[in-house]
Amino acid sequence: MKILVLVKEVPDTWGERKLDPASGRVDRESVDPVLDEIGERAIEAALTIKGSDKSTEVIVVSMSPSSASKSLRKGLAMGATSAIHLADEALRGADMLLTAEALSVLIQNEGFDLVIAGNESTDGRGGMIPAMVAEHLGVPHVTFLESIEISGNRVSGVRGADSGMVEVSANLPAVASITERLPDPRFPNFKGILSAKKKPYTTVTLAELGVDAARPVSSVIVSSRERPARSGGIKIVDSGNAGRDLAEFLAQNRLL
Amino acid sequence: MSHILILADISPSGDVRGDTQALISAAAQWGIPVAVATVPPGAGEAVATKLGALGAEKVFIAENEHAHTALTAPQLEGLTQAAHQFDPQAILLSHTHDGQDIAGRAAVRLGAAVNADVVAITKSDNAFTTTHSVFGGSFVVEASANGGAPMIITVRPGAFEASAVTAVAPEVTTASVSVDPAGAAALGNVHATGETSSRPDLRTAKKVVSGGKGLGSKDDFVLVEQLADALGAAVGSSRAAVDAGYAPQTRQVGQTGITVSPDLYIALGISGAIQHRAGMQTSKVIVAVDKDQDAPIFDIADYGVVGDVFTIVPQLIQAIGERQRQQV
Repeated sequence: MKILVLVKEVPDTWGERKLDPASGRVDRESVDPVLDEIGERAIEAALTIKGSDKSTEVIVVSMSPSSASKSLRKGLAMGATSAIHLADEALRGADMLLTAEALSVLIQNEGFDLVIAGNESTDGRGGMIPAMVAEHLGVPHVTFLESIEISGNRVSGVRGADSGMVEVSANLPAVASITERLPDPRFPNFKGILSAKKKPYTTVTLAELGVDAARPVSSVIVSSRERPARSGGIKIVDSGNAGRDLAEFLAQNRLL
Repeated sequence: MSHILILADISPSGDVRGDTQALISAAAQWGIPVAVATVPPGAGEAVATKLGALGAEKVFIAENEHAHTALTAPQLEGLTQAAHQFDPQAILLSHTHDGQDIAGRAAVRLGAAVNADVVAITKSDNAFTTTHSVFGGSFVVEASANGGAPMIITVRPGAFEASAVTAVAPEVTTASVSVDPAGAAALGNVHATGETSSRPDLRTAKKVVSGGKGLGSKDDFVLVEQLADALGAAVGSSRAAVDAGYAPQTRQVGQTGITVSPDLYIALGISGAIQHRAGMQTSKVIVAVDKDQDAPIFDIADYGVVGDVFTIVPQLIQAIGERQRQQV
């Protein structure tokens, strides 16, 4: 079993994230870059599958700036087998279409039984890369899974739907995405951190993949502005009547 | 007039659900609204009538036996065929799990640009501009697309309101679409979430009451639910309360949970870590009750109360009850 896990380096959600006002792109300097937590969970899901079948290869794949190697190394330290880093200046500001195409060519070249990704990154939150990659690869997608397992030649799990939770399953090869409801990622231990340095780490460029960054069709950002920060309003200290005061406030604002 | 396709969300029992009506209303502003519905063979007529009643001037019925047993593949096929037939200027879908998957695959298949999770759309000079609320509403970004039609747009659930429409007898096209079930995920049993309540959906609720670590225990979290019920509100929670096991992850409001933008957001025992604020700071009115007077939540609250939730909230619930009885 060969599992490719798609991960992304993002600004830490626990910091004050910014967009660059000129380009509307994520300002990667403003907050510490981290391996997106949902990607860590995706790695955890793959490592759990590897746990029950030791022959499983788990390859961490990321399209990210060349400085993102630390994030990929974290995946190796958690227990992934190897890492592939797609780093190319021409991908700066890539929309989802270009991102999905470049990743798909890489994945196709590498070969796979299963691709696992987070359902959506915490910066872009488009949540379409897994389905787009599946379309490029011509395989089924099983997305927004809250559990995932492999049985024989099928991947299955439970997916949130309007009517409740629905069981889904697909033939391998397939592309899966997982949500925050999957178990927390493991912490790399000392042995993992040491061995990560010796694991295969490959860097590839767009030219090597034969993908042209210039597109006939693309999404473009027209403008970007920061919303004025909210300021506090009334603040009272309860002296016994705050519940009633609050009801009065709600009534005055027609919120009851 | 150009065509605007909207993907209708049809339940297995043939009901039109979700934001379908809001999308039809929106599409009607810019062109001829064409609703695309994928249904099992024979179910199209009733669905077309319902969509016409919601203002769809044209309806494209895609019939496929796997309409409700294969994951999104029949809907994708229906939408793709409709796009080829109507040559639309834009395609609108709801930014739901299914909508995201179908939009993503359709964009690749049609070679179209896709703008995701849109909260507003404007059209000028025959081109669409989409508005996006980024980083939990800290930034507003406008985007468009290069390279011509169609532009695929997924709309954040609840962002558009359905307007009153004149029911029409739609012009109906019925087509049979084929899907290889082996190439798609299969849908199996559906399990009710167990959260059967009459409470509104957290994502689109007009009022939300959220509880945090300050509630102290899972048992005491019921206070949040009691206030929510008194107000007819949805129940949310901070990540800390989810991590502590007071509330399920499905209720987590924040950057890595659900983003809400209600008319009223009440935070109980929530300090207001940046992660949480990113999920609720676009609420119209924010009320916070917390015992820590330095809690960052007070920096953004329109009405903040420093005090004990266990004395303030019961008093609030009682006062709301008294007012409601007076009104009756």
